[in-house]
Amino acid sequence: MKNLPKDLTKRLQSHREVLLANLVMIGEISSPTFQEEKRIEFLLNRFNEAGLTESSIDEAGNGIGILKGNDSDKAILINAHADTVFSNKTDHTMHVSGDRITGPGVADNSLGMAVLATLPYLLEQLDIKLKNDLVLLGGAKSLGRGDLEGIRFFLDNNKLDIGHALCIEGIELGRLSYSSIGMLRGEITCKVPESYDWSRFGDASAILTLNEVINKINDIRLPKRPRTSIVMGSIVGGTSFNTIAKDATLGFEVRSESKEVVESTGQTIEDIVMEVTSKTGDEIELDIFAKRSPGGIPYAHPLNKCARKVMSELKIEPRLAPSTSELAALIDKNIPSLTLGITSGDNIHKKEEAILIKPIYKGLAQIIGMITAIDGGHCE
Amino acid sequence: MEVTVNNLQEWIDKNTYHHSQFWDLKKLVEKKEKLGLTISLCLPTLNEEKTIGKEIILFKSELVNRYPLIDEIAVIDSGSTDETLNVAKNFGADTYLASDILPNLEPKRGKGENLWKAIYQLKGDIIVYVDADISNIHPRFVYGLVAPLIYREEVKYVKAFYDRPLAFSGNVRASGGGRVTEILVRPLFSLFFPELTTIIQPLSGEYAVRREVLEQIAFPIGYGVETSHLIDVHHKFGLEAFAQTDLDKRVHENKPTIDLGKMSFGILQTFIKRAKALGIFEKADHETILRQFQVTKDKYEQNLIEIVEEERPPMIEIEDYRKKFKK
Repeated sequence: MKNLPKDLTKRLQSHREVLLANLVMIGEISSPTFQEEKRIEFLLNRFNEAGLTESSIDEAGNGIGILKGNDSDKAILINAHADTVFSNKTDHTMHVSGDRITGPGVADNSLGMAVLATLPYLLEQLDIKLKNDLVLLGGAKSLGRGDLEGIRFFLDNNKLDIGHALCIEGIELGRLSYSSIGMLRGEITCKVPESYDWSRFGDASAILTLNEVINKINDIRLPKRPRTSIVMGSIVGGTSFNTIAKDATLGFEVRSESKEVVESTGQTIEDIVMEVTSKTGDEIELDIFAKRSPGGIPYAHPLNKCARKVMSELKIEPRLAPSTSELAALIDKNIPSLTLGITSGDNIHKKEEAILIKPIYKGLAQIIGMITAIDGGHCE
Repeated sequence: MEVTVNNLQEWIDKNTYHHSQFWDLKKLVEKKEKLGLTISLCLPTLNEEKTIGKEIILFKSELVNRYPLIDEIAVIDSGSTDETLNVAKNFGADTYLASDILPNLEPKRGKGENLWKAIYQLKGDIIVYVDADISNIHPRFVYGLVAPLIYREEVKYVKAFYDRPLAFSGNVRASGGGRVTEILVRPLFSLFFPELTTIIQPLSGEYAVRREVLEQIAFPIGYGVETSHLIDVHHKFGLEAFAQTDLDKRVHENKPTIDLGKMSFGILQTFIKRAKALGIFEKADHETILRQFQVTKDKYEQNLIEIVEEERPPMIEIEDYRKKFKK
């Protein structure tokens, strides 16, 4: 922290327009998972304008910019995922009012991408020169069915020696994730066969079948230690009031501190699906498309300690929470990593998603503080 | 080149740009600095709190901080009752109430009043006007308009046009302005000022103009300001003074037809006043060609349609009729 400019937060505030303009422009480019090209292109333009000579788009569609350091072979990776949960059909107009910016995806993760796009400019304005290479990664195909494909490709194929990594999320300021929990994510889809027997009046419905599955999942006994939970995150099914639902889909996630419990719970869900299929004769599909192993750095790890110190200097209250996002891919590669948030916000994943402008500067100061701390060798 | 009704297409080809031609902001700023020009951005407002913040952030970031193309950003307000002025001030624009500028003059309310008072209040050699209600705002709305003034000394007034449809079938598509343009202004210009039909969107609220021109023309304070500018600048400086830039899509709230009626009424008043002053109505034979636009690939072409309104006399004047009905 010694090398940080004293009035960092205030100085960052004076560059507010550049960050907010990047946020608005990035936010207005729709970027559903698997279709992040335009956002990545914007990011690359920013990297090029900032004079990052080694910037490129890789085979997985990630946007990468490298700010060369003075005298180190090591690299610090800053990552923000480029995709959002909103489709191309959503109106992506961003609205700027006095204290907030509102629009779909603004918090998750247009703000993270905007920070990535603005970092080279900010570091130059603050006259911060790094020893390490700073690798800025706009990760494609991260969310949902993307299953961290972008960052995994980058980590598998790059030739850099990445010493530390920070993942940036728009919200919440104070977030400090240093471990990944075990996770298994999937969908269960029930379908009523086309050759439906109408004599079973009122009996067959994809929703009723799915309900049966849900009840059985709910009855699974989960251990208190290691901590485990099943999140039933979304349900979609049927078409109208008076038509029997032909299909219904449950989106779920099993989370646990233990890899074994995740696997055994996954197996139990598979058994439930087979049991209900045989009972009802309906078609039930189980599609597990994402898995994570638990892991991470310890609470006392120097990187973790360093983050808490930076936060304390900036009077940010740390909120410790495990993560299932890109951090998991970094942990798999044994790279000491953290996920940090930039500001406060609300209505996450709704069209009225919003972020507050004022806390952003502190969030940025925190990121720049961490970069300089890592660069200064304080997190070894 | 002397522009006459016979070589309008040549004028269009030479003076119609697409904003992407000016993407190199570094080069543009260098040229501007070499010429020693100053540029002011004027955003006329009336209750625009929803969109003004975004406009200022984008222009300030891209065209002040990153590429110093504009020297001042000013909001000139007609007396908003919402948070427009606070938001604008908060994001670093200079804010003025139109009524506070030249306070000894009798106050008038209207967008034209704000545009006119900007000439007095702002310092730039070039003033670029951008409406404050654009929700898809982008720096091109400014650099696309000032660039022809920076690169070409003879150009004095650059007008925006928009609304290239995102999808169309076939090779040729109709292109033009809004409803009032196509129904009122284009037919009027075709009749009385055919040279001005080269301006694809005569009513667009975005334009960049040299001070030497702005200080020489009158400003209707209401709906007629854009129409009057075209007629007056054309009269004083000729069509050679104009250029126009395609700024792609412009998203804003659509006005109901009843409001377009008011707008048309204002425009007609302005038009008639000028046409009378210039003695246009006295011309024995006016034009019978309607000049619309169509786009082939990226080329804008005038589509000339001869419409002659022939008439029959009252039936009573026809001999056969009188015979039949014994009149």
